[in-house]
Amino acid sequence: MGKQATRVIVNGKSHARVIDARLTLADFLRHELNLTGTHLGCEHGVCGACTVLVDGRTARSCLMFAVQANGCAVTTVEGLAPEGQLSVLQQAFIDNHGLQCGFCTPGMLMTLTELLRDTPAPSEQDVREALTGNLCRCTGYAGIVAAALDAAQRLREAVAKPGSP
Amino acid sequence: MGAKHFGARVTRLEDPALLAGRGRFVDDVKLPGLLHACFVRSPHAHAKLRGCDARAALIMPGVHAVMTADDLPEPMRDTPLPLLLPNPALNVPRTQTALARGEVCYVGQAVAVVVADTRYIAEDAAAALVVHYEALPAVADCRAAAEDGGPCAQSDLTTNVASTFSLAYGDTDAAFADAAHVFREELWQHRGGGMAIETRAVLAHHESVSDLLTVWSGTQTPHIGRRILADLIGRDLQSIRMIAPDVGGGFGPKAIFYPEEAVIPAAALKLGRPVKWIEDRREHFLCATQERDQYWDVAIAVDDDAKILGLRGRMVHDTGAYVPWGIVMPYIAASTVPGPYVVPSYQLETVVVLTNKVPTTPVRGAGRPQAVFAMERLIDRVAHELKIDRAEVRRRNLIQPEQMPYEVGLMFRDGKPLVYDSGDYPRGQDHALALAEYDDFRERQKAALEQGRFIGIGLANYVEGTGLGPFEGVTVRVLPSGKVAVATGATSQGQGTRTMLSQIVAEAVGCRLDDVVMTVGDTAAISQGVGAFASREAVNAGSSAHISGQAVRQQLIALAARALGAEETDIDLEDGAAIAQRGNKPSITFGDLARLAQGIPGVSLPVGQSPGIEHTAYYAPPQAAYCSGTHVAEVQVDAMTGGVKVIRYTVAHDSGRVINPLIVDGQVQGGVAHGIGNALLEWMQYDANAQPLTTSFADYMLPMATDVPTCAIAHVETVNPLNPLGVKGAGEGGTIPAPAAIVAAIEDALAPFGVRFAETPLTPERIVATLRAAGAYDRLFAG
Repeated sequence: MGKQATRVIVNGKSHARVIDARLTLADFLRHELNLTGTHLGCEHGVCGACTVLVDGRTARSCLMFAVQANGCAVTTVEGLAPEGQLSVLQQAFIDNHGLQCGFCTPGMLMTLTELLRDTPAPSEQDVREALTGNLCRCTGYAGIVAAALDAAQRLREAVAKPGSP
Repeated sequence: MGAKHFGARVTRLEDPALLAGRGRFVDDVKLPGLLHACFVRSPHAHAKLRGCDARAALIMPGVHAVMTADDLPEPMRDTPLPLLLPNPALNVPRTQTALARGEVCYVGQAVAVVVADTRYIAEDAAAALVVHYEALPAVADCRAAAEDGGPCAQSDLTTNVASTFSLAYGDTDAAFADAAHVFREELWQHRGGGMAIETRAVLAHHESVSDLLTVWSGTQTPHIGRRILADLIGRDLQSIRMIAPDVGGGFGPKAIFYPEEAVIPAAALKLGRPVKWIEDRREHFLCATQERDQYWDVAIAVDDDAKILGLRGRMVHDTGAYVPWGIVMPYIAASTVPGPYVVPSYQLETVVVLTNKVPTTPVRGAGRPQAVFAMERLIDRVAHELKIDRAEVRRRNLIQPEQMPYEVGLMFRDGKPLVYDSGDYPRGQDHALALAEYDDFRERQKAALEQGRFIGIGLANYVEGTGLGPFEGVTVRVLPSGKVAVATGATSQGQGTRTMLSQIVAEAVGCRLDDVVMTVGDTAAISQGVGAFASREAVNAGSSAHISGQAVRQQLIALAARALGAEETDIDLEDGAAIAQRGNKPSITFGDLARLAQGIPGVSLPVGQSPGIEHTAYYAPPQAAYCSGTHVAEVQVDAMTGGVKVIRYTVAHDSGRVINPLIVDGQVQGGVAHGIGNALLEWMQYDANAQPLTTSFADYMLPMATDVPTCAIAHVETVNPLNPLGVKGAGEGGTIPAPAAIVAAIEDALAPFGVRFAETPLTPERIVATLRAAGAYDRLFAG
């Protein structure tokens, strides 16, 4: 099996590995780097549990080979907040019951992190459409949508009041 | 004392770790020397096995073993997996062996397992394995299969009818003979799946120093799984530990004991290395158990005032190739039909039929969505024919609160008479209708129609037997650190079990929520356990948590009174300390009390003091706890495309006393989403040879964020008198009446065309075909 030298910056840290060309980015993150927060729900690009940011854009890590991420900056759920802290969006998930089993949650967080970055004042419909690439079987989405809108508002307030967290 | 934790909208203790990517699911467990497994599965729905050639697979670098049934240990090799719910009405009590022997009976049945250094290599080797099959005729349609003369789902059988049984009370013949009106409906509900986003997963590790076999499984029932595994590999229970760590959704199919849970431990024992198997999504479509697939032919007899006189009919249930959970699902369906209504006479013949499809076992709702669909479709028919409002027909027939406890006249699946413990069904329906602004709907509908929009409303009621036994246990133990350790056989796949039990224990013991240390889903933590199904954890484990918590509370008070020289009646427990309510309020922490309770080596304990501060309770409910509710769905239908949008959804739900409204609302909302999937999207399709056709999320539609509105939810609390907390289950009520309410709403939206619907999922294709057959498009284009 062809091996290839690959360097990926994950959550700000550079990792160089010689890996199988067919190793998916998801398996690379989970099993080479032990970043098991990225989950696999379907491995055919529909459920979105494996969503990560590659150079700032959401991508299905199950549909990418790790070698395709050579030279890229990847952000996973573990990179959303410093150790022991939660991002505004993560906290909003707690406050709005945005998760039950938590398996789809990392993908949801990555998709919504991108949305809130690019669309600071999303409508409910914006949020729902952004989430169509992420399946959740537990929550019926209500708490996730509420969490996204709540986080958007908190983030806007933080921008309006510089200096606050 | 007012409740501090019980009943509060407490955010979940589970959340921070899961949000930070620090959950621990089976596939996150890393062990040195770990090997990976891939199963080789039958591509045929029905075939004889004629040998297997593993030579090409075995010479591939990195392959450690290929195992077929002959390579499994005794007695697993030849012993069928246990039938967990035997029933005298079951004539063909067949279950599968861990790996197929001689014959395969559904596509996806496990034939062999390959173990290799990586999953990638294991999959390569599995593809290189040559299995010789001799195809046999397959049974795909349960209705045809119920008749004599066709092929059988297993070649040594002479019938596909696994069971026939009748549930009945009252005189239906007389009711139908004398009735002013009789209406008959033929109905069908789809076969679908649980479709948890985490697929199934098993990791087994034998540790030779202690001779302990540890199995991590994404299961709802680790204690049951350990017992079955012990039997299959001939080990004592004590030498097996089964752990259900974080589990990414259950919904019923993970309550089953599967072949992989036997084969992976066998492989780990054989190879002396830890072995892991993670199901892929295609395998989940093929091999994880499914549900619904029932055909109903039912009739209702009513008088001129739309009062029900009787209900009778026949139901055919597709049980798939085996019956791992017996006939529990068709039985639940048959006993759920009368629901919240006074039905003076009832008779349902049920035929349970084997087919060459993966077995059906409970999926969220477990037979009840089908039963509610049958009842509610019949009531809608009555309303339509007698030109009485649908809510009014229901109101006239609802059981009244003063009739509680209400004896239906049947036996439920818990082995006890079907007696509703409590409930106020008229109040529930009124509450839901008010919240949904049902009375104004005709005006909204008229206005929409003037804009060319077809909107409709539908409602459905249900009663659900929840909180089934036999028991669940909880140990509460105060640790020298001052923390309160809680262990239970209950398991969590996202229901918030840890938070719910922590609230109950903290309330009883008088500690902070954060000070509760919880172990769920680990057979090492408590000796007996059952697990998660039948919306049973709040009732069973919740009651045990309360009983144990109260016992520990008494122990703490007795110890503190002695330590502080106070009367027991003067002791308050708060935030992890005992405080004497007198003088300068001397206090002692739980941690110090826990140390005191250990005694002094060699010195007798004071009279009446138990060693340590702990208690284990196994609450065993006397019968099911009957929750109930009313759903109101409002939909908009695009008549040209058949597209349906659920635009508003209202639920009034009675799950007894609510322990945590945040969690209960989440259960209801999530259940409704599952119901929307059942009603509109989800359809596990097979061809005429029982070949599965929908084996990816591109073919099998799950509800997306744009498909599920945020529900308006009202809690109608009637206290369950039969358990110490007054609670009923909440996990499945969201799903059960949703298909009935949504299909009714679609019918109402399309009332101008006079079309009627009798099946789920109601796909756009079916809606358009029905409209076309009714001449709707001639009218639309003419208009």
